[in-house]
Amino acid sequence: MRARVLIRPKAGILDPQGQAVERALPALGFDGVEHVHVGRLVELDVGDAGQLDGMCQRLLANPLIEEYEVQLLDGQTGTPSP
Amino acid sequence: MKFGVVQFPGSCDERDAVHAASLVGEAELLWHADPDLKGSDAVIVPGGFSYGDYLRAGAIARFAPVMESVIAFARHGGLVLGICNGFQVLCEARLLPGALLPNAGLRFVCRQVDLEVANGSTAFTRACSSGGADSAGSGAQAQHLSIPAKHACGRYYADSDTLSAMTEAGQVVLRYAPHENFNGSVADIAGVCNEQGNVFGMMPHPEHAVDALTGSIDGLAIFQSMRMAAEGATTAAESARA
Repeated sequence: MRARVLIRPKAGILDPQGQAVERALPALGFDGVEHVHVGRLVELDVGDAGQLDGMCQRLLANPLIEEYEVQLLDGQTGTPSP
Repeated sequence: MKFGVVQFPGSCDERDAVHAASLVGEAELLWHADPDLKGSDAVIVPGGFSYGDYLRAGAIARFAPVMESVIAFARHGGLVLGICNGFQVLCEARLLPGALLPNAGLRFVCRQVDLEVANGSTAFTRACSSGGADSAGSGAQAQHLSIPAKHACGRYYADSDTLSAMTEAGQVVLRYAPHENFNGSVADIAGVCNEQGNVFGMMPHPEHAVDALTGSIDGLAIFQSMRMAAEGATTAAESARA
């Protein structure tokens, strides 16, 4: 089973990376950009999708400072795309 | 007394930590893959970039074989000092409250910082309040330490409930002096201890401030405090046995 874990800074915690990107985009002429946040993406093949929450809690995310979201990619194998 | 200094792949301050600790006691390196603490009376988790700091600073190192022993040692009341990356590792291991985030300015910063000792009665700071010309007779005056800091991920964060409980319990041990908080740490926090007071983490590097040649010897007080605490504990244990 292919899974994707999206990890974001928790709401309310200063996200300087997001702020830097938010300032950079208008400088390139992209207007109307707001609320930019930069997080992390982990993709993995797992035998037991039931273990994903434990993986996030213990290693992939730090729940004190980050939120995570698990997406199961049905019908996909772990073969990397060409 | 004997200090054990953990060495992970990617540690870079373990030798300075051994040097600093050897000025007040014996010191020996503890290899990350070996769970044996070699009879250490106190453990130092040093600075650096353990396991490349992949994923998050300290996230992988926290599961090293030696850390299982360090966690058990801490749970039994052993003294554990985490410096910089070591502080991050101890937070990831949940031995200390909170977490360290990338500096607010997103840059790696290396500079001498002025610190205030917010709690001078811990096992890691008790030597700070004694001595020092300006501390005599001025109980309200915070003791200051001049110690170098060098990190890109040192913005201390804990949620507001945790923070007020910590402040109440005296767990905020070191703060950046006014205008010195270069990384955006909440409440200017530079160092914290656990509820029991036997585990302490700080972002600045006391092991780099033990020789006048490099500008300051204020870091020595941290190691001297640990020696005083360890010997006090031994004395108490001995008198309990007697």
